[in-house]
Amino acid sequence: MFLHALGALGLGLALATSAGAQEEEATPHYPLHHPEPQEWSFAGPFGTYDKGQLQRGFKVYREVCSACHSLDMVAFRNLEALGYSDEQVRAIAAEYQIQDGPNEAGDMFERPGTPSDYFPSPFANPEQAAASNNGAPPPDLSLIAKARGVERGFPTFIFDIFTQYAEGGPDYIHALLTGYDEAPPEGLQIPEGTYYNPYFISGPALAMPPPISDGQVTYDDGAPETVDQYSRDVSAFLMWAAEPHLEARKQTGFTVVIFLLLFGGLVYLTKRKIWAELH
Amino acid sequence: MSGGHSTYTPKTGFGRWIDARLPLPRLIYDSFVAYPVPRNLNYAYTFGGILSLMLAAQILTGVVLAMHYAANTELAFGSVEKIMRDVNSGWLLRYLHANGASFFFVAVYVHIFRGLYYGSYKAPRELLWILGCIIYLLMMATAFMGYVLPWGQMSFWGATVITGFFSAIPLVGDWIQQLLLGGFAVENPTLNRFFSLHYLLPFMIAGVVILHIWALHVTGQTNPTGIEVKQKTDTVAFTPYATIKDGFAMVVFLFVFAYFVFYMPNYLGHPDNYIEADPLKTPAHIVPEWYFLPFYAMLRAITFNIGPIDSKLGGVLVMFGSIALLFLTPWLDTSKVRSAAYRPWYKIFFWLFVADAILLGWLGSRPAEGLYVAMAQIGTLYYYAFFLVVMPVLGLIETPRRLPNSITEAVLEKNKAGSLAAQPVSQR
Repeated sequence: MFLHALGALGLGLALATSAGAQEEEATPHYPLHHPEPQEWSFAGPFGTYDKGQLQRGFKVYREVCSACHSLDMVAFRNLEALGYSDEQVRAIAAEYQIQDGPNEAGDMFERPGTPSDYFPSPFANPEQAAASNNGAPPPDLSLIAKARGVERGFPTFIFDIFTQYAEGGPDYIHALLTGYDEAPPEGLQIPEGTYYNPYFISGPALAMPPPISDGQVTYDDGAPETVDQYSRDVSAFLMWAAEPHLEARKQTGFTVVIFLLLFGGLVYLTKRKIWAELH
Repeated sequence: MSGGHSTYTPKTGFGRWIDARLPLPRLIYDSFVAYPVPRNLNYAYTFGGILSLMLAAQILTGVVLAMHYAANTELAFGSVEKIMRDVNSGWLLRYLHANGASFFFVAVYVHIFRGLYYGSYKAPRELLWILGCIIYLLMMATAFMGYVLPWGQMSFWGATVITGFFSAIPLVGDWIQQLLLGGFAVENPTLNRFFSLHYLLPFMIAGVVILHIWALHVTGQTNPTGIEVKQKTDTVAFTPYATIKDGFAMVVFLFVFAYFVFYMPNYLGHPDNYIEADPLKTPAHIVPEWYFLPFYAMLRAITFNIGPIDSKLGGVLVMFGSIALLFLTPWLDTSKVRSAAYRPWYKIFFWLFVADAILLGWLGSRPAEGLYVAMAQIGTLYYYAFFLVVMPVLGLIETPRRLPNSITEAVLEKNKAGSLAAQPVSQR
């Protein structure tokens, strides 16, 4: 049962344990493989979240990741952004038991969640999270899509300015979740209790076992029930969790940029006219 | 301009009443309307105005952010995320402020390099230049402390590394470090005092900016020829000429700024700063913000002991020395000619210096190992040589190109050349 629970542990990016202790003379550069850039609906200047994908990703988080990973900064009320109605949000919140209190008698008590509550953590405290996971506490996922990014290297990082590449986080999560299949190169020591994954950012192996397998989560919209699709959906969901105002940002940006272009053009013509008298 | 007499004449009775009691409108009129500026200023001279705009923008967004921020190690990280998620337009304020710091430095670097290219630091503008250096130092302190406030991993470890520099100073180093930290390590007292100072220093910057502009208005601006203003035709009125040109440059600058704020707001930051500070977990590579990277590269380039000075103190001295050199620049450059436009050799060394600064910046982001260290050492050597060898020696041996007699002459020559080139060859 314990092994089974381990196998079902949530998605995430637990730190490799003790990998550092066995370093050879030349430090290898991690990750061993760079993540493959994926297509995302929220990329580019007009990017928007695909609500269907976010709902699927949320389902993956709820049924898989949340066994180990908290989502501290997301409240149930935020889920309306995924296209859920007020009643649906209330229903989702009510499925969770939230600790509240103290009551008049001075006791803590549990009650069903309401939209203003935040997602409860699977562990009572960080110590318990570490103790249940071989000393490697699973990180909170609220910001993970912005807190991970593999260096792009010269000169790619310069081109990124012009292509507006800002999806390093979701690309990384997707690569990591789909990257368990490869066999470790010969001679590479994988510390016990860790799993080889060449996409892991800070070592050759991480403490999180392969978290998900084909068909594990049921989709009701006909999307393929594959590890690749689960990974893609949950990466998009985590991007939303990390950057909920992304759409508003890009839409505002478009207005600002158009305004500055027009205004700049007028200022330039005025400048030309004023200076023309001098020449 | 203090030398000239005021041409302000109040038009209304109320204007005359004010002018007789507190001639503030007269000061503004004389400083920003009638003030004569050289007519040949190019767009490199618009960054002073852009910097004023950025300072104002940083203070405005910062004051509002401070209303929502909690300077406590338990709360800081969460309060910043609260701003990003729940405060109305909080994400916009915070991205404007964080990227604003970066663009403040973009502008100040163009401004400083422009000064180095056109010899803006030469007599009689030494104090103007030094005031600028003080502003730059204050900006660095402000930016560093501001980066600590979100209490992410890079905030914490950056603060640990940078305050650690001070412990390298003999005798008083540990005392200074403890004073900065408010203890023996980066903790709640550190965050509290950094927040306090981060709020204070921008207003000190604003104060020095006033002195900087005052000094500027006493000596008048330099210009691309480096020749002082000699006659009335050399200048134009600040308004409308400089105002509209500065205005256009500001809009272009804001366009680039907006591009980053709205489309890649985290490009200039480090992902690790979205992980809450953890004193028990050191990041694989601790790197400062991009605008400090050249200095960080020089710090780490000193990997050897020099006599009684160990490599740590040596690195700190080299890093602080690289900024101290800026203060001495007016006396290091021996050339009688101000502008690089008429100094063929200085021009080459100048652009090499720009390339060197960019190279050092890139090296600062690399791990300090192997070839990177050797490259950083060469880069540091050239940085110092530019100030200590090129500037003094070149001024004595270089033959400058012929200087025009006045700004007007230079402008007329350029216009003539321009209109000649525009004509078909047969008509020449």
